[in-house]
Amino acid sequence: MTTIHLTVNNQPHTLTVPPMKRLLDLLREDLSLTGTKEACGEGECGACAILLDTGSGPELVNSCLIPALQADNATLTTIEGLAPDAALHPIQQSFLQAGGAQCGICTPGMILATHHLLTQHPNPTEAQIREGLSGNLCRCTGYMRIFESIRQAATETAR
Amino acid sequence: MRSDPTQFALTAPASLQAVLAQLAQNPGTHIPIAGGTELMVALAAGRLPRHSFLSISHLPELRFIRITPDAIHLGANTTFTDIRRNPTIAADLPLLTLAASWTGSIANQNRATLGGNLCNASPAADTPPALLVYDATVTLISSGAAPGEIVQRTLPYRDFYLAYKSTVLRPDELLHTITIPRAYSVHRHFLRKVGTRNAQAISKTALAALALVSESPATTSDSPSTTPCARHIQTIRLAAASLADRPIRLYATEAALQNASLAPAHLDATLRRARAAFATEAHPIDDIRSTARYRTAVAANLLEDFLRSLTT
Amino acid sequence: MSQGNPILGTSPLRKEGRAKVLGATQYIDDLTLPGLWHGTTIRSTIARGRIKSITFDPQINWSEYAIVRAADIPGENSIVHLTRDHPCLAATEINHVAEPILLLAHPEKSALLAARSAIHIDYDELPGVFTIEASEAAVEALHHDPNATSNIIWSGSNSGGTPNCFKQYQMHTGEADETEDALAAAFESADFIITGEYTTGAQEQLYIEPNGVIAECDIDPATGHIRGVTVRGSMQCPYYLVHALALVFNLPEENCRVLQVETGGAFGGKEDFPSVIGSHAALLAMKCGHPVKIIYDRSEDMAATTKRHPSRTRIRTAVSRDGKLLAGTIDIALDGGAYATLSPVVLSRATLHAPGPYKWPHLRVRAKAMATNIPPHGAFRGFGAPQSLFALERHIDKIAHTLGLTPEEIRRRNFLSTGDRTATGQLLTEPVDMQHLLTRALADSGYHARRDRFAAENPTSRIKRGIGIAAFMHGAGFTGSGERRLNSLVHLDILPNGLPQILVSSTEFGQGTNTILCQVAAEALALPYDDILIHQPDTTLVPDSGPTVASRTAMIVGKLVERAAHQILTTLRTHASLPTPHTRAQFIAAAQSYLTRHNHLRASTRYQPATKIHWDDDLYRGDAYPAYAWAVYVAEVAVDLSTYTATVTRFDALQEVGRVLHPILARGQIEGGIAQGIGYALYEKCVYQNGHLMNNQMTNYIMPTSADLPTIHVYFEETPSPHGPGGAKGIGELPMDGPAPAILNAIEDATGIAFTAIPLLPEDIFERLTAYTTHPHGGTEDLNPATDLDTETESPRVSA
Repeated sequence: MTTIHLTVNNQPHTLTVPPMKRLLDLLREDLSLTGTKEACGEGECGACAILLDTGSGPELVNSCLIPALQADNATLTTIEGLAPDAALHPIQQSFLQAGGAQCGICTPGMILATHHLLTQHPNPTEAQIREGLSGNLCRCTGYMRIFESIRQAATETAR
Repeated sequence: MRSDPTQFALTAPASLQAVLAQLAQNPGTHIPIAGGTELMVALAAGRLPRHSFLSISHLPELRFIRITPDAIHLGANTTFTDIRRNPTIAADLPLLTLAASWTGSIANQNRATLGGNLCNASPAADTPPALLVYDATVTLISSGAAPGEIVQRTLPYRDFYLAYKSTVLRPDELLHTITIPRAYSVHRHFLRKVGTRNAQAISKTALAALALVSESPATTSDSPSTTPCARHIQTIRLAAASLADRPIRLYATEAALQNASLAPAHLDATLRRARAAFATEAHPIDDIRSTARYRTAVAANLLEDFLRSLTT
Repeated sequence: MSQGNPILGTSPLRKEGRAKVLGATQYIDDLTLPGLWHGTTIRSTIARGRIKSITFDPQINWSEYAIVRAADIPGENSIVHLTRDHPCLAATEINHVAEPILLLAHPEKSALLAARSAIHIDYDELPGVFTIEASEAAVEALHHDPNATSNIIWSGSNSGGTPNCFKQYQMHTGEADETEDALAAAFESADFIITGEYTTGAQEQLYIEPNGVIAECDIDPATGHIRGVTVRGSMQCPYYLVHALALVFNLPEENCRVLQVETGGAFGGKEDFPSVIGSHAALLAMKCGHPVKIIYDRSEDMAATTKRHPSRTRIRTAVSRDGKLLAGTIDIALDGGAYATLSPVVLSRATLHAPGPYKWPHLRVRAKAMATNIPPHGAFRGFGAPQSLFALERHIDKIAHTLGLTPEEIRRRNFLSTGDRTATGQLLTEPVDMQHLLTRALADSGYHARRDRFAAENPTSRIKRGIGIAAFMHGAGFTGSGERRLNSLVHLDILPNGLPQILVSSTEFGQGTNTILCQVAAEALALPYDDILIHQPDTTLVPDSGPTVASRTAMIVGKLVERAAHQILTTLRTHASLPTPHTRAQFIAAAQSYLTRHNHLRASTRYQPATKIHWDDDLYRGDAYPAYAWAVYVAEVAVDLSTYTATVTRFDALQEVGRVLHPILARGQIEGGIAQGIGYALYEKCVYQNGHLMNNQMTNYIMPTSADLPTIHVYFEETPSPHGPGGAKGIGELPMDGPAPAILNAIEDATGIAFTAIPLLPEDIFERLTAYTTHPHGGTEDLNPATDLDTETESPRVSA
């Protein structure tokens, strides 16, 4: 067991966990943040994607592939932290309006991947959208409504 | 999840020296772990052979991109995202930028490191063909005799692999730097990956190529059968993924193409010679992802596509 | 009926959407219960044989674990679907890889990992039967020698089948003998006889949330008697699980409570399978006296749960010189896997969709579902129709090429239209205009201009482009008399606040059940959409409104909700002075005034066919479905001759699904179905070796990513239907049927090569394009799934 300090959604935490525990399990089991999902457990589907800042800015990562110890002193944002007050983040709003969420299980990861994409490319091209989401598998939508959600979110954020 | 994380040890030594000291103390006991995008998959699948890990992802000494007039030096912890975002790499080593963009997803590129990719030693990995044609060198480090002393050795990257999933890296060594010459501004660069899909794919085969095309008559030729002519290949390097048990340079094909003519009248002969040489050194296998026949045929087609592209 | 703004045909926000985008939705793995234990399943590592012994390594303290074997089952050891041949746990005989043998539970998840590797099962292994052809050969051998039973893996007795065959159907366009005579005559005199054989592979549903449940068992502490079981889980059909639990526990159905939890995708994969995992968790809960959670990881889910049925379809057609279909025979064989499960009804839908949207003067369809030693195949969006429509729509193109007609013209000369009879004799009384659909699809997609351009460009290009079409239909609702048998029931309650709540067993798993049913109620009650509640399915509270399958929810259940809403209005108008028209405030006032006097207000409606439906199950003739959705899809492909890769570069989908209730959800259904169809055609191959699914991971089972799909253009033609609320018909499965044949038709247009099998991978295209050698297998037949050059693999990754 090892003791780590990390800040999740602006809340500091000190936890004693097995150092090789997956960050995904730490979030879900130790912090009860179940918005981060497991669907493949091998970094293929993006359902467990979160934003992780280990000192060089927040980056999209798959939390199923990160040992807890490597998140020591890191700052994390999960889907629960995107809109800390009752309002929806503009990306959440656009996913809701444009049909970007169907069954919803890939949605937290999709929304965080979109957040990362729009940070890098505020006005993404179709190719940038397709690439930016290609690590997040969705079986319901065929991605078209998700692309539309992102275009709407980009427009909304630009205003 | 097929492994119990409580059964694995993981520490994050405070410095590079401390990591090297632990590796030297009990060689073969610890596995260095950087971005985790390979090892954590193996952990989840219950495929991890050893149970003790040393985290190196937090070491700033290993995460750098240093540009000198002659070369680009990449620390082993350089992530694929770091590579993709670097404009000098994009300008001088476009194939490396391209290969980085094809490695896993954005989320994995944000974690996965170039060093990890090379040390994992998959014959299907995306960056090795680019590094092979760019004639990279690798610098390996280990603990020296004196306390805190670090010794290093540098060797051509083309000599890094010994066999399937096996490298020259000793159990007490870490990959430190990948160095690539900035010498290809007038070359033609080519890289194509053929995977199971357009993203998040492991390659079925990939071909990287670098060539210098000359319009002037060649002055020397060690291939007497080749008639130097107006447009020909002055130098060429070829490398491939998934055609052997490790990433390979295609030396025989390169030799067959040295000074080869690209003139319309000779192109078919050049292509025939290239394909014949290529056939002698492509030895892929049937696996879950593709067949040997397909891999050989497609890589040869990519070679031909590249050679044809040199005619204009 | 409604005042103010219409609600049907608009796109209000998805009912449960806000929680989903916030990440606040709780799926089964997000839930826990006090004292929860974790369960796991010990599965067979062989495909066929008998269990010799089971050894428990003494190093483990087994007293800490709950262990369930077949002998512990209090009721019948079978998972009831249509038959009872499917054991809940294998007792001695093993019929497929990953067959459940033992169940384990422990308070700590990690303790299960150690225990799994400490259980050793020895088998007497028998050679497995892994293909339709091998299963047929065993039947053939039995015909010659009644003692040749060594490869008869399913007896058929007591389960309505015959040896190795779960079910057979025979369907004729008329009286059987007369049709056979007419077929013989037509084949004798036709200008052309065109035959073809078409095959399709297994396909994984790949819902992003794997199967999972939490079960509780209520045991009388005094007597040890089981009073009841409760299962919560990710599922489509809560009442299917109720039926399964009642049999496994020998309990009355009312003592088996099932709650559907928010479900992360299903696509048919959570239709029948939750009966298995739900029964397993409940047995463990019985054994340990604690709630038990079982969540499959991805590799177990893929290795052990259902896939789409692989198929082989042989078509023989007699065609006149001018392109008229004169007669045909269609022989369909499905690989059902090891147990019957839903194969008979999948086969039925395959049979009834085999004729396509065409007039057949004389047709015979024979269909059979064969047993193999593969985990049972089950429901997956389309449910048999994608298989037979792939075959037919490829064959129609073959006829066109043989006759020198265009793919467009051959279809135009044979389309069904209003007033025609289908191959089962169903009179098409509602408007059907395939001619117009084809005209519009070709125009909207720019088909002719693109086809001409590709024909001009292809000769000088390494990238060969092509365009292909598929015309098809999908029957909405249960087959024939199925809806009458289901006898679905819906309640609509008025809550104390005067607002309505819908009670149905229809489940939401992304497709929009909650939203459209609330829209229907809102429109019928002339209330705002946001005022309508829908209860999460809990079988102690919601009636059995039938399973959430078969493109039936919008049309059948939606109609029941609409009727219930009308009943409420009638009641309030008659007994609570609700004016016509009314405002929201007037409705609430009337409802509350009614409640003050009567305590409760509930409208209940049962299924009634909108039109007379005649179906003869013995002759397989009559009105096969209450209504059909009709469609024409256009696929454009690029085939790269350097890599032999076929990519869909554009997709246009025009459909007539009745009234579109919610344009955004409807588009989402069509686009998602097409994406799965593109995967089915070009990417998703289940690679088996000795009955093991070898690519049971997301990294080597290749579903399309956002970088693989073309832009999908969706168009609707709206012809209101009397069967559904506001004129709606079924929509969910339709888009799965058309993509595969349209894509392979496009590949033939691009390359001139008539591929007949899916999935069609680059290796397969390569072997056909370069067929200069006499390689014995070729293509993906040569894959070696035991090896992965990227990752060292020592043994099959099955859940053992």
